[in-house]
Amino acid sequence: MNEYTLPILFGIIIGTIVRMLMLKTDYRQYPTYLHGKIIHVSLGFIAASLGALAVPALMEMEFTAVTLLTVAATQFREVRNMERNTLKEVDEFELVSRGKTYIEGIAISFESRNYLVIFTAFIGTLLYIIFNIYAALLGTAICFFIGKKYLMSGSTIKDIVDIQHKEISFDGAGLYVDNIYIMNIGLPERQEEIRKYGMGFVLKPNNINVVTTIGNLGQRQAILHDTSVSLGVFRDSGTPALSPLIKRDLDDGRIGIFILPQVRDVEKAKKVIGSVPVLENALRMPSKSDSNKKEEDAH
Amino acid sequence: MKLEKAILAVITTDKTRVAGGAPIFICDNKKELESAAANIEAITDGIAHALSEEVFIIVKH
Repeated sequence: MNEYTLPILFGIIIGTIVRMLMLKTDYRQYPTYLHGKIIHVSLGFIAASLGALAVPALMEMEFTAVTLLTVAATQFREVRNMERNTLKEVDEFELVSRGKTYIEGIAISFESRNYLVIFTAFIGTLLYIIFNIYAALLGTAICFFIGKKYLMSGSTIKDIVDIQHKEISFDGAGLYVDNIYIMNIGLPERQEEIRKYGMGFVLKPNNINVVTTIGNLGQRQAILHDTSVSLGVFRDSGTPALSPLIKRDLDDGRIGIFILPQVRDVEKAKKVIGSVPVLENALRMPSKSDSNKKEEDAH
Repeated sequence: MKLEKAILAVITTDKTRVAGGAPIFICDNKKELESAAANIEAITDGIAHALSEEVFIIVKH
């Protein structure tokens, strides 16, 4: 035992605990199984060790030891690849697939959480060595709070759109949600099923940035996937006519959602659609572009 | 080349209105048309779309 043993141990333990706290299983059911959790807790342990070990290395003037962190970066990029591959493989067999944009978003957050763990372990160990264990505990708590509050929770759909329930209707063979054309359903019996089980919603964007974001195909697929997971879906393989779809109104950028839920509760459905995360990869900010800004100034 | 979408079959009650590439099924009446379309839809995993009262197509999406 030397002067660094306890601080390093503290950093490792606190880092692993932070990783466990970030690893919650929710409606996305991922990672739900024990083995998936073990993988991520172990990787969190490695990340915490790296963060904790960096501090004594710096204190002993072993600056080259910091290059170890680059190994960490490579290692955790591999985590992103692993998550992406697994989810992509599994996605083919989902009744309503997640879509690549959603998968990419999940993979990125798995990678970034490991960096949050490194950072927390680093701060924890540093504060322990410089001050004492209480300062270290306080520091990690603040780190965790900042990470949880600002870095890990993006906005959800309900923050950016107005969700309205609209009736679905048929004009000949054309299926409509409000006035947005969804698809052509030829067979009367399928039309009957859709009338019976289908539900329609319209998302009205709040501003110009949102129009592009909810128009993104990946974002739309994410909405369909999440609603199908939470509310169930009335479909099977071999019945492509019964597939939930989202189409866009080209005039004003509203999107019409057609879903076939097993739980037909309007309020619940609105809540579920509202809590779909806004994918980072779908976010666009046209209002921040120079040409748009200049236009605004001119007016 | 992988085709994203393809017309797998054309089902009609009016044979003067169809010709060409995809397999064509000619039916006597609307009822037969609908049951043929439902069958082919199930068999091919396609979707039956109505172009008009007389012409249905089965499309693989």
